[in-house]
Amino acid sequence: MIIYVARRLAQALLVVFAMTLIVFLGVNVIGSPVDILISPDCNQACYQASLKALGLDLPLHQQYLVFLKNAVTGDLGKSFAIGVPALPLIVERMPATLELALSAMFLAIVIGIPLGMWAGLKPDSVAGKTIMGGSILGFSLPTFWVGLMLIMVFAVYLGVLPSTGRGETVQVFGVRLSILTLDGLAHLILPAVNLALYKISLVIRLTRAGVRETITQDYVKFARARGLKARRVILVHVLKNIMIPVVTVVGLELGNVIAFSVVSETIFSWPGMGKLLIDSLRLLDRPVVVAYLMITVLMFVVINLIVDVLYTALDPRIRLQGAAI
Amino acid sequence: MAETLRVENLRTSFLTKWGEVTAVDDVSFSVDAGEILGIVGESGSGKTVTGFSILGLIDPPGRIKGGRILFQDEDLVGLPENRMREYRGKRIAMVFQDPMMTLNPVLRIDTQLIESVLAHDKVDRVTARQRARDALGQVGIPSPDERLASYPHQFSGGMRQRVAIAMALLHRPALIVADEPTTALDVTIQGQILFEVQKLCKESRTALIWISHDLSVVAGLADRVAVMYAGKLVEQGSVDDVLDRPMHPYTSGLIGSLPSNNIRGQPLRQIPGMTPSLLNLSAGCAFRTRCPRADAACLESPPVSVPASGREVRCAHPLVGGGS
Ligand SMILES: Nc1ncnc2c1ncn2[C@@H]1O[C@H](COP(=O)(O)OP(=O)(O)O)[C@@H](O)[C@H]1O
Ligand code: SF4
Ligand SMILES: [Mg+2]
Repeated sequence: MIIYVARRLAQALLVVFAMTLIVFLGVNVIGSPVDILISPDCNQACYQASLKALGLDLPLHQQYLVFLKNAVTGDLGKSFAIGVPALPLIVERMPATLELALSAMFLAIVIGIPLGMWAGLKPDSVAGKTIMGGSILGFSLPTFWVGLMLIMVFAVYLGVLPSTGRGETVQVFGVRLSILTLDGLAHLILPAVNLALYKISLVIRLTRAGVRETITQDYVKFARARGLKARRVILVHVLKNIMIPVVTVVGLELGNVIAFSVVSETIFSWPGMGKLLIDSLRLLDRPVVVAYLMITVLMFVVINLIVDVLYTALDPRIRLQGAAI
Repeated sequence: MAETLRVENLRTSFLTKWGEVTAVDDVSFSVDAGEILGIVGESGSGKTVTGFSILGLIDPPGRIKGGRILFQDEDLVGLPENRMREYRGKRIAMVFQDPMMTLNPVLRIDTQLIESVLAHDKVDRVTARQRARDALGQVGIPSPDERLASYPHQFSGGMRQRVAIAMALLHRPALIVADEPTTALDVTIQGQILFEVQKLCKESRTALIWISHDLSVVAGLADRVAVMYAGKLVEQGSVDDVLDRPMHPYTSGLIGSLPSNNIRGQPLRQIPGMTPSLLNLSAGCAFRTRCPRADAACLESPPVSVPASGREVRCAHPLVGGGS
């Protein structure tokens, strides 16, 4: 198990390194930020001075090496736009994004699994068919459109929920959270639902497929032949088996949700990393964009690692093999 | 002998998209306490469906269409699910064919044994655990205390089947339906398990239905044997009667193809032809395309004759007084 984790960590490091290269080259292709940052009446000398100040006068490979050297010490450069270090800027926005993403994932699980189980156990019932139909909608409606509709209905038309910002927050261990205040919670609901919709559909389909497959297994019939109550057969024998794929996919999707929160954050002006990214992209604020991408990559890697470990914990068959390696 | 189970004219069918499949058709038999009934028939002849029908485990699109299943004089057909559940595992237990699939792979053995105890008896967990351990010991699993904490994949196939049998024995049921429990195991282990199950059932006077496609297994184990072909019971009687004086041409063919009745080095004698599809079977005898005695009379549904008490054959031209 330890060897396994160590090997995965080494792989992860390689991935992160490869990403630095891709990200760095990628943002260079977008365009020169200097064109946007300098004032219109700036002459050639002023232009060169700006380039030098931002370290953009060096050849590309040297820029990369400088970046890499600084990155190792945790310095991802200063924001071109506001001149503060990029990394803390992103990290400061991280709790808002994580709060949104985790709330969305929570919704996906507590709504998706029960509905998916229902649809799997009663596939021919009206409810079962309605659930599956709804999940198709959840898959196909674009997130931004649903977001706008949510604002229209709940904020504008009904006027029951706020549509922008985080609302009132409280500090817990130095981290600002919305979810603990009533006002904050009200602000969280719409963006979280918006972000969760696709994932709910995903979890429904995954759970349903798992249930359909599991209930035909001999061990489920045998559990019934032993006289277990239907509730125990479903909540223990079936659920425990479908949790393996569900946890795996939900875990892997968490990284996705964090990345995708860009859309919901923008629509609902949720002050997270995603909104910062969009604002920074507009200004071609390279260090912030790079810092965002690096942090996202790191999160993906860490999440994947955690999911792998969780997966082995859930499936005793894999656990044993892992120990044998 | 007290009659534990009497099945009368059982009919179970499945509604498939190609039509109705009558997997079990007009099947009647009975088992007494302490008796072992062997049900023999080739794959697809309806043995498993018969077993599931007794436990009320026929799921849609399947349905019991007719007949009675009298367990200790109470008809189980049509019993509501919550009543039926009280019988399953408590008074009627079942062992499945493939031990690799019958235990839940993600739950420990003790979890599965203890839940079996608690499904029917209100005892505390310590007592339930004790009973789980004793049951494992009873079926010959070494150091049961340690093995309790194992997962199914940590057991061999034979050991898993012992665990399944331990679960079947937990509540000292009056009837056990064993559906080819040793088919997936190698011969030595098969022999051990047969011997132990036979002993346990005789000791506790449990009625046992032992399903198998292998006549030689049933011959060494059962008191009585029932032969199934294409959903119908074609012949039944005491093991000695049926093996020594088969009356149905199919039984006779089965006996003829046993390895012990064949000369070494020569190809095994086999019944020619193939099992018919159960879909839209016509009225006549389903065996007629393979039967050496078939004639025009076999186009009608063959009659059931009862030459002696407990002896039955479903054939228009039964063999009398000896093999073919
Ligand atoms: N779930 C099902 N759906 C449709 N047909 C089934 C189903 N289960 C069993 N059958 C039918 O019943 C027949 C008998 O099956 P089974 O009792 O399992 O045979 P055996 O145990 O003797 O090998 C099969 O050939 C099949 O046609
Ligand atoms: S009824 Fe006819 S075809 Fe069927 S087994 Fe008897 S003799 Fe053969
Ligand atoms: Mg079978």
